[in-house]
Amino acid sequence: MELLANLALGFETAVSPMNLLYCLTGALIGTLIGVLPGIGPVQTIAILLPTTFALPPVSALIMLAGIYYGAQYGGSTTSILVNVPGEASSVVTCLDGHQMARQGRGGTALTIAALGSFVAGCFATVVLALLAVPLAELAFRFGPAEYVSLMLFGLVGSVVLASGSLIKAVGMIVLGLLLGMIGTDVTSGAHRFTFGIPELADGLGFVSLAMGLFGICDIISSLETRETRDILKTRISGFWLSRKEIRDSAPAVLRGTLVGSLLGILPGGGAILSSFTAYMVEKKCSREPETFGKGNIRGVAGPESANNAAAQTSFVPLLTLGIPPNVVLAMMAGAMMIHGIQPGPRVITSNPSLFWGVIASMWVGNLMLVLLNLPLIGVWVRLLSIPYRLLYPAILVFCCIGLYSVNNNTFDIALTALCGLFGYVLHKLDCEPAPLILGFVLGPMMEENLRRGMLLSRGDPSIFFTRPLSLLFLALAAGLLIAMALPGIRKRRSRAFEE
Amino acid sequence: MRITRPKDLLTGALFVAFGLGAMALSLGVHLGTAARMGPGYFPFALGSLLSLLGGVLVVRGLRPAPARGGWPAVNPKPLLIVLSSVLLFSKLLIPLGLLLSTALLVVVSSLASQEFRWRETLINAAALVAVVVAVFVYGLEFPIPLGPSFRLLSP
Repeated sequence: MELLANLALGFETAVSPMNLLYCLTGALIGTLIGVLPGIGPVQTIAILLPTTFALPPVSALIMLAGIYYGAQYGGSTTSILVNVPGEASSVVTCLDGHQMARQGRGGTALTIAALGSFVAGCFATVVLALLAVPLAELAFRFGPAEYVSLMLFGLVGSVVLASGSLIKAVGMIVLGLLLGMIGTDVTSGAHRFTFGIPELADGLGFVSLAMGLFGICDIISSLETRETRDILKTRISGFWLSRKEIRDSAPAVLRGTLVGSLLGILPGGGAILSSFTAYMVEKKCSREPETFGKGNIRGVAGPESANNAAAQTSFVPLLTLGIPPNVVLAMMAGAMMIHGIQPGPRVITSNPSLFWGVIASMWVGNLMLVLLNLPLIGVWVRLLSIPYRLLYPAILVFCCIGLYSVNNNTFDIALTALCGLFGYVLHKLDCEPAPLILGFVLGPMMEENLRRGMLLSRGDPSIFFTRPLSLLFLALAAGLLIAMALPGIRKRRSRAFEE
Repeated sequence: MRITRPKDLLTGALFVAFGLGAMALSLGVHLGTAARMGPGYFPFALGSLLSLLGGVLVVRGLRPAPARGGWPAVNPKPLLIVLSSVLLFSKLLIPLGLLLSTALLVVVSSLASQEFRWRETLINAAALVAVVVAVFVYGLEFPIPLGPSFRLLSP
């Protein structure tokens, strides 16, 4: 079967010594930043982007992907042991996981989190492999109208997760799209919004923007608030699961995997939404919902499986359609473009070893993580005691040096400072940066497709509504917007964020 | 007319400023028609949408409803220190070289923390300089000047 041949190619690429090394590096770095609260995969990918320039594109993507799903593994450690979520997607794990730790069952919680994540990761890799070719073939039938509508759907989806006002989130998208317009217009060669600064002729640097908005701004806000952490000093023993515990958690792992796989693909989805949804699903399916929040093993197994599954299936839209469904994948899209690969359905045919290599590497990475994580728990716990005041200068150093290496240009560093200020302002005004980055990444593509669509239809905008797929995406986007504006759902959304 | 929701008002003002700015700048570039969009078409449309959203937010910020949310609390110290440390780095990287600029970056940015202590900051700086040299210069072979470039001394 063709699928097996493709997978063979993928594994061949993924288990080359170099790629194994990068996979391991990415997974370990991912776990590390997952463990450390205050720094997440988005920032890390932004910071490490410049270091991937010297690498071949496959290795770069393998490493960056490893960071994303590695962070899901690591986030659970901090949530369980310290009651502080290492990652936004591990927030729900705090609820039952930490309670389990207090009851002396911390080892069990950590194990089930790791094992559940592994099972989910394997399943999700299979999903990714199965969906890839059919979706890419579907995408070949996409015309410019479908792309515009799909991107619109993706952008609207990114608003689902944005807490706070809908109008502000939409405004962030538009602002992001506008920032993407800075630079030289491909079609006409005109300089837009460059104010005569030659360094801006190629556009606002993606790395500068990402690092400023997510890295520097985050550091500044963290410095404004003081955090105290109390690490559970109890000895963590008992890593093995009893048969009853396996039986209890197995259905939760399965449900979490399904939820995560599905929600990862959808725009705006990803690890965060999946873990929250999986927790709610577990609570609804349980015969004893009152035990949730008090150390129910399903409250750990479900969300942890979900977030890992979602982290991997969220690659589907990027690798097949070329549309990143969430912020992290938008960073990957940026990374691909920097390496000269245009994300889209052509990637499968023009770069099969890259495509299948990344998919195969996810399975390898998951295996490495589940084997390494439990023995390394002690190391992670000790790392948690590094004071933030020593950590953030290190982050700044890596950011700045990395930025210099992008263009051998100190202008980019200064630009990042400006973006950091901008990010700070947005943060103070309760505006989410995620829709902005998505808009920034998709802006140029959207404009090009819009132009082409209108050119083909000779100025008739109905092309977006008469082609069936395009109409479908637009309807979905509109439906999402309306659903979010409805008061009932609005209340549920704000309640979910409060929790 | 009282400002009941300062954050909405400020965000709206920001949006309007960016939106109008985009519209103004797009007019300077060829707009074109819907069928054949010039470079200014899409930005102009986006700018007008943004201004509209901003307008709605401004109105919301002034609505006579119960006041919601206060003015954003700004602590200028971490903001200014972190940003200036980065800007300082960008200006001094070439003249002073990687080693000195990195150390300076660590020291200056550490000042932003409430728990700043000289001894551990200097140790941190030394450690990070070592890591940077190992990772970036030897490991990844970045072409960054290590030492000062003596441009300060030449005429």
